Amino acid sequence: MLKIDNLSVHYGGIHALQGISLEVPEGKIVTLIGANGAGKSTTLKSIVGLVKPSAGSITWNGEPLITKGTKNIVESGIVLVPEGRRVFANLTVDENLSLGAYARNDKKAIESDRERVFTLFPRLKDRMKQKAGTLSGGEQQMLAVGRAMMTKPKVLMMDEPSLGLAPLVVKDIFTIIKEINAEGTTILLVEQNAKAALEAAHFGYVLETGRITMSGEGKKLLADDGVRKAYLGEAQ
Amino acid sequence: MKTRNNILTLGALVVFAMLLGLADRTVGNYAMRILNLSAIYIVLALSLNLVNGFTGLFSLGSAGFMAVGAYVSAILTMSPDVKDMNFFLEPLAPWLQGLTLPFGIALIAGGICAALAGLIIGLPVLRLRDDYLGIATLGFSEIIRVVITNLQSWTNGAQGLKSIPKVSTTWVVWGVALLAILFMSRLVHSSYGRQLKAVRDDEIAAEAMGVNVFRVKVVSFTLSAFIAGVGGALLGHMITTIDPKMFSFMLTFNILLIVVLGGSGSITGSVIASIAVTVLMEAMRFLDEPLNFLFLKTDGLPGLRMVVFSVLLMIVVIFRQRGLMGEREFSWEGLARAAGLMPRSKKGGLA
Amino acid sequence: MKLVTHGATMRFGGLVAVSDLKLEIDKDEIVGLIGPNGAGKTTAFNMITGVYEPTEGRVVFEGEDITGKAPHRITKAGIARTFQNIRLFSTMSVVENVMVGSTVQEKPGWFTSVFGLPGARKRAKEAREFAMDLLQETGLAEFADEQATSLPYGKQRRLEIARALASRPSLLLLDEPAAGMNPQESLELMDFIHHIRDRFKLSILLIEHHMQVVMGVCSRMYVLDYGVTIAQGTPDVIRRDPKVIEAYLGVD
Ligand SMILES: Nc1ncnc2c1ncn2[C@@H]1O[C@H](COP(=O)(O)OP(=O)(O)OP(=O)(O)O)[C@@H](O)[C@H]1O
Ligand SMILES: Nc1ncnc2c1ncn2[C@@H]1O[C@H](COP(=O)(O)OP(=O)(O)O)[C@@H](O)[C@H]1O
Ligand SMILES: [Mg+2]
Ligand SMILES: [Mg+2]
Repeated sequence: MLKIDNLSVHYGGIHALQGISLEVPEGKIVTLIGANGAGKSTTLKSIVGLVKPSAGSITWNGEPLITKGTKNIVESGIVLVPEGRRVFANLTVDENLSLGAYARNDKKAIESDRERVFTLFPRLKDRMKQKAGTLSGGEQQMLAVGRAMMTKPKVLMMDEPSLGLAPLVVKDIFTIIKEINAEGTTILLVEQNAKAALEAAHFGYVLETGRITMSGEGKKLLADDGVRKAYLGEAQ
Repeated sequence: MKTRNNILTLGALVVFAMLLGLADRTVGNYAMRILNLSAIYIVLALSLNLVNGFTGLFSLGSAGFMAVGAYVSAILTMSPDVKDMNFFLEPLAPWLQGLTLPFGIALIAGGICAALAGLIIGLPVLRLRDDYLGIATLGFSEIIRVVITNLQSWTNGAQGLKSIPKVSTTWVVWGVALLAILFMSRLVHSSYGRQLKAVRDDEIAAEAMGVNVFRVKVVSFTLSAFIAGVGGALLGHMITTIDPKMFSFMLTFNILLIVVLGGSGSITGSVIASIAVTVLMEAMRFLDEPLNFLFLKTDGLPGLRMVVFSVLLMIVVIFRQRGLMGEREFSWEGLARAAGLMPRSKKGGLA
Repeated sequence: MKLVTHGATMRFGGLVAVSDLKLEIDKDEIVGLIGPNGAGKTTAFNMITGVYEPTEGRVVFEGEDITGKAPHRITKAGIARTFQNIRLFSTMSVVENVMVGSTVQEKPGWFTSVFGLPGARKRAKEAREFAMDLLQETGLAEFADEQATSLPYGKQRRLEIARALASRPSLLLLDEPAAGMNPQESLELMDFIHHIRDRFKLSILLIEHHMQVVMGVCSRMYVLDYGVTIAQGTPDVIRRDPKVIEAYLGVD
């Protein structure tokens, strides 16, 4: 279980996270929703050690993560797909995917994961030898998600995975997130597409300007009037 | 706030000038020479920082532009007698033989010739990708050296020039250094400076915002060449002898080291690092001589100084990846904050 | 016609990214450009703004052939754009980013800038004021002095729009402005797009995967698939077009 307790993050004078606590139980899908600038990305970045919290604790199965260093955190199985498609622009699609799997040595399973990425995103298969930097925006997003799938992490955190994807592909993304989860990967999902995220998630947290204001089962939040108004864009 | 800062700056300048005057009278020639050398390095470092730090181009041409400036200014200021004495193998071109100009004009002429050289090399080379630019400017710098070595009747070839008028006095070099600092800080804080930084940050976005990226690069490169030319000229007039060997890649390397140490993209950093490096470089001169230090005995290792400096550079780069100052600049508020006189801003650190 | 592309085609090696594109955008019109990932939408933008020179065909803006012109010239001619993969100037503050967009009006020279000549000073002051206006307009004024890249993703997108507007374009190309915005913010974006169209007298060409936004804001749209224009027309026509549903929208 990934557990965040009373976490605070400051950027200079900006108090981006003001003591949030949340739990991501093993094998579940948990989603974090909230407006722009609420602190969702900051939360994910703190977990993998890209941002240094000013107070609070983050533990995974009881082991503290804050002082561990990004490299070690990732190697222990917690992986982040950052927002806005960070792919290795000068490497090919194929090389990007292989890099995702660099810490693994189960050759067979790697191959079958690669095939799965290609089934999910046939476009990537057509573009195996293309430099990632020249892919279209959506193709890069597919690659970023595909690369994370190749790491076979224990906890997969995705920061807006549906960003820039065509409507048909967005549907597939949520299906595949559920599939990955069904195979045992714990998932922490940040999404602007709150409706789809809450439908897919077991549990959800609502983040408002650095504080958690609501939490509950995905379906419950989906039915909540406040949530519907603020995050699902439904007419008042 | 603004007027208060201006008064503070003016006051600091007056104090600095008085200290300089005092030093000029008391500390002796050797120490003064080092102090003045750091002023010249300030000029040179700012020149390189303009292209490398503020415009994001990787140029290695400093020594070449300095050579152009140094030779032009030297020849234009030497008296006919001195020229006769220098050019004994082959006489100097006649129209130059009789031409002796005031130092100020010769200095600017040196800068302009270097700028022209910059323009000529910049036009083709600045279309290249960045890594090629480094190689091309390095090559250019070496070509200048070969040309100078072989243009006997213009430059006196490998013999170099001696008895150049010693006119780089304390006031001249620090005056020019001050002008260079002023010029640079006006430039980088102006709308034009914003274009430079836009090109550095993202060329494609800069073009899309209507910035003529190629033109901006050429202007930055040419201005930088001008400043390097002036710096080179000052150097010649300080040490009074120049020859092609002086303007080798090592010279460019020294300047690059200063820029990186100080923080590329920081004027303050270049100024501090110029002084620190020049002084340390002198202070460590003993390293190149035979050593007899407790257990450590060497028979003189020329270059050991550079090794130590390179190690120093690596240490700085490891612990302060963006140089001493990063991209920050000195400000009175920053100083007050550092001294604990004012509350820290939300960003913290020097403004 | 504001903008016309005459059979613009872009090949990358063997790949035809955009094929025989015939766009027409009228004054004050808001036109959509949609299609699956990799269909060639951004490539079309790149051909119009001079980032790529079309392999074949021509681009005509306000009656003038701008095919293959340098991007900064095209910006001067009056076309501005935002980038799908955000490209803000990372070392600059929010307001400075917008001020770079004023380059076209300000025309700063190094000499006039350094010596602070009155004309240059006046234009620099105007540029700052206009930049602050635009930040007000886009709701970013309170972040004016923050580092641009420290903004949350959705606000960075709005900053891209503000920066593009600073060049005072007459045609604005928006590449996925709603990406990174939540549904509520996307709805606000629709109003905002109408608002800037009226306020700055713009024509707008819009790439967007957020159907509610494109359908709600565009009077007409083009649909690309594998570089080929498979449909065009009003949102109602497009919504029901079987080819578009098959290739792009899917069935609900
Ligand atoms: N420089 C390039 N070299 C090779 N192929 C390229 C290049 N630029 C784009 N492509 C390819 O051309 C196709 C069209 O790309 P484009 O970026 O126009 O797609 P798009 O319609 O904007 O898609 P998205 O919705 O995902 O952003 C893609 O398949 C892409 O991989
Ligand atoms: N590198 C940074 N420097 C300063 N402020 C930042 C930085 N990154 C994020 N912030 C600020 O922290 C807050 C939360 O941002 P973020 O986590 O990106 O929000 P979200 O992902 O929920 O949109 C915002 O106010 C944002 O401006
Ligand atoms: Mg975010
Ligand atoms: Mg695109």
